[in-house]
Amino acid sequence: MAKVLVVTSGKGGVGKTTSTAALGAALAQMGEKVVVVDFDVGLRNLDLVLGAERRVVFDLINVVQGFAKLSQALIRDKRLENLWLLPASQTRDKDALTDEGVSSIIEDLRGRFDWILCDSPAGIERGAMLAMRYADEAVIVTNPEVSSVRDSDRIIGMLDSKTVKAEKGERVEKHVLITRYDTARAARGEMLSIEDILEILATPLLGIIPESQDVLRASNVGCPVTLNDATSAPARAYIDAARRLKGETVTMMVPVERKGLMDRLLGRRAA
Amino acid sequence: MMNLPRLFSGRTASAPVARERLQILLAHERGLRGQPDLLELLRAEILATVSRHVVVDPEKVIVRMDRGHHVSTLEVDIEVPMITERSNAALGMGSARP
Repeated sequence: MAKVLVVTSGKGGVGKTTSTAALGAALAQMGEKVVVVDFDVGLRNLDLVLGAERRVVFDLINVVQGFAKLSQALIRDKRLENLWLLPASQTRDKDALTDEGVSSIIEDLRGRFDWILCDSPAGIERGAMLAMRYADEAVIVTNPEVSSVRDSDRIIGMLDSKTVKAEKGERVEKHVLITRYDTARAARGEMLSIEDILEILATPLLGIIPESQDVLRASNVGCPVTLNDATSAPARAYIDAARRLKGETVTMMVPVERKGLMDRLLGRRAA
Repeated sequence: MMNLPRLFSGRTASAPVARERLQILLAHERGLRGQPDLLELLRAEILATVSRHVVVDPEKVIVRMDRGHHVSTLEVDIEVPMITERSNAALGMGSARP
């Protein structure tokens, strides 16, 4: 049975696209057939993070409007044969995406893939609503910061009321993914702790992604962090999260950077 | 428990403040969420009532709720076009015509 999973947050810049790419690649590496769908019409970026920006010919809107077939718009990853991308359009016409169009594309994708990961745009407008509309599960990406937690709470409320599942009286299975977490700062009381966030959002935890330079390094070169350096701290955290999505029980921990000797001698921060 | 880094930095931890502010705010916002369409409902009904008697532009009916600590106010702002003979008649205030 295919699963539709929305990666959402309300707030922008918390790591939705990075997380979609990393989780999608991790699942594909485990042998699952995965498509990542960019719902950020007008501001697509998933293609760039996946290093497929020069291979986009047709997009989501072309398929919705019948200008292209789904198979023409799907881009297969060059490194992972199980990973596919359905890019968003660069059109400024946000109304190009319709509920019926999204519904039929999701139905079509359900027949072809094990996982359909929908990368939501920020905000609570049409694009974000449509990205979550047909979801079975949701990953709410949250930073340990007040505005992000507030917006996550708002999005959780929408997942419980505006999705097709909610309207049928069912529940979208929700998980919180905490990104940009700095263990040391949380220990010093400078940053909301994992316990604080989970208590406030009352939603189960999928994983904790540590703040790390590896994330930026991976997006710089257009490679999901789980693929770019699978042994890095954020990659290990994303791989654990992907295993939990598959239903495995994995002990929750914050992977730490392994500092090299030179880093230690020079006192470099493992940011 | 003694927190050494805090003793040295001389700063107090801000995370507890963040947690408390969020808890208060979200309790309030979740309470509103059950009735998110209250203002829209009021707007629609006020518009329907007023339009029965006066021609108004639906875009120019603004309903605003302001919540204070002790008193909350409901502000209704309706722009009515120049009252003409016809709308006077509709209101039953028009001069009797032959």
